[in-house]
Amino acid sequence: MIVADRKSLDEILAMVENNKKILIAGCKGCVTVCNVGGLKEVEILASSMKIARKKAGNDIEIDIEVLERQCDREYVEGIADVVDDYEAVISLACGVGPQFLSERYKDQIFYPGVNTTFFGGATEHGVWEERCAGCGTCGIHLFGGLCPIARCAKSLLHGPCGGSSNGVCEVNKDTECIWDTIVRKKMEAGQLEDLCSVKGLKDWQTARDGGPRRSIREELIQGNI
Amino acid sequence: MRLSYPAEVKIIQVPCTGRVDILHLLNSIEDGADGVYVAGCLEGECHYRDGNLKARRKVNYVKKTLEELGIEPERVQMYNLSSAQGARFAEIANEMVGIIRELGPTPVKSNTAA
Repeated sequence: MIVADRKSLDEILAMVENNKKILIAGCKGCVTVCNVGGLKEVEILASSMKIARKKAGNDIEIDIEVLERQCDREYVEGIADVVDDYEAVISLACGVGPQFLSERYKDQIFYPGVNTTFFGGATEHGVWEERCAGCGTCGIHLFGGLCPIARCAKSLLHGPCGGSSNGVCEVNKDTECIWDTIVRKKMEAGQLEDLCSVKGLKDWQTARDGGPRRSIREELIQGNI
Repeated sequence: MRLSYPAEVKIIQVPCTGRVDILHLLNSIEDGADGVYVAGCLEGECHYRDGNLKARRKVNYVKKTLEELGIEPERVQMYNLSSAQGARFAEIANEMVGIIRELGPTPVKSNTAA
């Protein structure tokens, strides 16, 4: 899923300091799963903001909506009847949400209430870790099912660098050296030889380096599926 | 045992403090309560295993939020006592009212006419 962290209350309050009536729009997709932009988090943010503004003697009216997804136009349509009732909208969806909303409702201002961080999963309750860098050319199977593009600080493809020490990356003592893990796994499986093959130059054009990406599925466009 | 406790304390009953939600606490402060406390069972003696421990974590979350908003976190408290401790219940009510009296009225006041 896409993982995000909520912005600080101070930052969010500053965004709407001149507004008296706003909408907070949550999303039932990834940000609900990573507990940052679902119904509960939207309600908590609304209440916290109202407390702050009452304390400042500057009340604010806040309504809430939680869209099925903010990354699909048919669901973005869900606030069409009410969006003009507000001076501003805070979106607690990933970075896609405020953009889809801005594209649809051109006269409204949409503030991002979260910082979108990475593609990852929960390794324990309350802890999410990056697993995919969205490079566009997946080769996870070549590395024992572990992605060195996302999980090696240098995205190395042919083994660890000199900064690997006791299984830990030099960049951060809390970051495992994924190459250490890959090598150990392949050794245990008796498949270390697999790592000896020289990988060709990685085509980074399929990653962000090729500019904004687009995925076109002709069969869906034509309505065949 | 006819113990009295301050009239300022309004009791909201829940089946277990595990039912208490972050929003219950935040909404109370938002609506102008000077303080809120949760009175749960003694730790390790929750009938539903860990409802009181979950309540404590929620209280701590709200304390942190209040701190972020520049509001005294002491306005929200968690207490643990058994249902057989009537005297302790009254004592806690007095203690909480004492804390709030010292802090003064809530700074969270609506500026719009009701």
